[in-house]
Amino acid sequence: MVDLIYQLLTGFSTGMLYWLIAAGLTIAFGVLGIVNFAHGSLFMLGSYFALVFYDTLEWNFALSIALAMIGVGVVGYIIEKFFLRIVYKQDLEIQLILTFGLILIIAALVLLVWGSAVFFPSVPDSLSGTVSVLGRGFPIYSIFISVAGIAMYFIIRIILGGTWWGRTMRAAASDREMASAIGVNVRSLFSTAFIFSAMIAAFGGAMSIPIKMALPGVGAEVIIPAFVVVAIGSLGSLGGAFLAAIIIGVASSLATFYFPFLNELSVYFIMIIVLVLRPQGLFGKSA
Amino acid sequence: MNHVKEQFATKKIAFIFLMIGVAIAITLPVFVGGYVLHMTISILILALFSLSVNLLLGYTGLLSFGQAGFYVVGAYGCAKLLILFPNLPLLGIFGGMAMAIVASILLGFLCVRHTAIYFSMLTLALGMMIYSGIRKIKWLGGGYGLPDLPIGTLFGARMDLIANYYYFVIIVAGIAFYLFYRLLHSPLGLTFQAIRDAETRVAFTGISVRNHRLFCFAIAGAYAGLAGALRAVLYGSVYPLLGHWSTSAEPVIASLLGGMHTFAGPLVGAAVFYAIKDLIFRITDAAWQLPMGIMVVFLAMALRGGIVGSIQQRLLPWMRLRFGSEGSDLSGGSSA
Repeated sequence: MVDLIYQLLTGFSTGMLYWLIAAGLTIAFGVLGIVNFAHGSLFMLGSYFALVFYDTLEWNFALSIALAMIGVGVVGYIIEKFFLRIVYKQDLEIQLILTFGLILIIAALVLLVWGSAVFFPSVPDSLSGTVSVLGRGFPIYSIFISVAGIAMYFIIRIILGGTWWGRTMRAAASDREMASAIGVNVRSLFSTAFIFSAMIAAFGGAMSIPIKMALPGVGAEVIIPAFVVVAIGSLGSLGGAFLAAIIIGVASSLATFYFPFLNELSVYFIMIIVLVLRPQGLFGKSA
Repeated sequence: MNHVKEQFATKKIAFIFLMIGVAIAITLPVFVGGYVLHMTISILILALFSLSVNLLLGYTGLLSFGQAGFYVVGAYGCAKLLILFPNLPLLGIFGGMAMAIVASILLGFLCVRHTAIYFSMLTLALGMMIYSGIRKIKWLGGGYGLPDLPIGTLFGARMDLIANYYYFVIIVAGIAFYLFYRLLHSPLGLTFQAIRDAETRVAFTGISVRNHRLFCFAIAGAYAGLAGALRAVLYGSVYPLLGHWSTSAEPVIASLLGGMHTFAGPLVGAAVFYAIKDLIFRITDAAWQLPMGIMVVFLAMALRGGIVGSIQQRLLPWMRLRFGSEGSDLSGGSSA
């Protein structure tokens, strides 16, 4: 029983990292209509940028996360302005191939700058240690990630639903021409939307540095579970992505503990089960 | 009368190209060494793999990013059959292909209910499932794969000798290409293209769109499996990375490069892509990702219709003039 609760909590915090990638994917798809293969690479860049500030320069952890988000935001701006903008109206395969090329480029640049250096940053003092969960120590850092993930969900909801910027963005997403006809600068709005999605991924990446090793291949790896999350939760639905990320995180954590053989595969089995029962995804409208 | 003339001119051009190709293919081992033969075989394998992607993408309108899953099933099926029944390369290759067909039918049930981006994401995830699954199974060598396969002989010719294997691959690929051509011009192939262009109208004529997509997915799986099996014999080893999704990207890039609505596109695209890849690996060694990434990004942003598509639009009218008549499309499919 203690094991079960322990694994549920661990799985939840893993799920939150998936959620932070899936959130950006969902926003980029929902607003810009683009499927960004390279979103995992932005997560990875967030990790590396945070490592520069936190591990190499030994700055404050919160400051490092914030700076990493700004840095990846700049990268996102460049990607949107010089690459994605050209393929908004193109077919899906062109978008996917373009963003696949970006994965290669980002991985290569990371390899050029950082080489294959391996970082082992320690958890910041205020977040280190454990709390007692049913008589067993549970790392505070995992709780921190879980809380930050949940907080991010509500922040995104508030920004998209409650602010002027979020509302214009949703308006532009549903009808670009009408939005620009009433004076919305759709082009810069899309730019900011992509920067926003990139910064969320960077937030996840930066937070993950004490528990997830940063390697140049991470970008191509984390995008797969993120796609699974988005597929289970219905593409374009933030609530669906949030719930699906928790399910996937918990499932892979439980599988790793109880059926070690299945740890990676459990993610795909859950996807198959969900899609057999609900082909449109958890939050999708039935066709 | 004019129509017959047009057809004749187009066929003449196609026939001349075909004969030149066959002549080069047969005499190639006389002129070049093992390296070029190896490269030619690799290009043909990539071309078969690209046909698989192109059947789905160019002719049925579905972008699969998980074809490497079936490629690796074909490769491992072939490898395991070779280990269990040494000296029977034909059994290995076609057995591996059959396993890929079975796998694609099973997973196809899940995928063909969806289209567009959903289809791409599902195929990607299911392909990665096969990849992770293979890495877990000790019987299949786990993360290391199966090295040193006993290739054996076929009709007395050793298949591990590159020149012998070259002729074998030429024949198999030739048959596969011919069957693909016939498929595209059969009622079945035309139905695929009709589904791509007007799904709802096809459904209204009483044709099951989903079953046809599944059928198409199975055929695509067969081509991917064949490519994987041929690769297993070429290198004499298989490893899980063959099923990783980055392997799936290669035939997609080759198809786009060559021209995805054209019959010859995958072959031309495979040759060009392989040449570029070879060049990049030669120059850069470890840092291959940067030039490759730049090439891929450039391809996505700049190239429309691919190489063959551009040739059809620009070069072919000129050639038809030379052959004395204006003709119809040389391509297997409808114009892009």
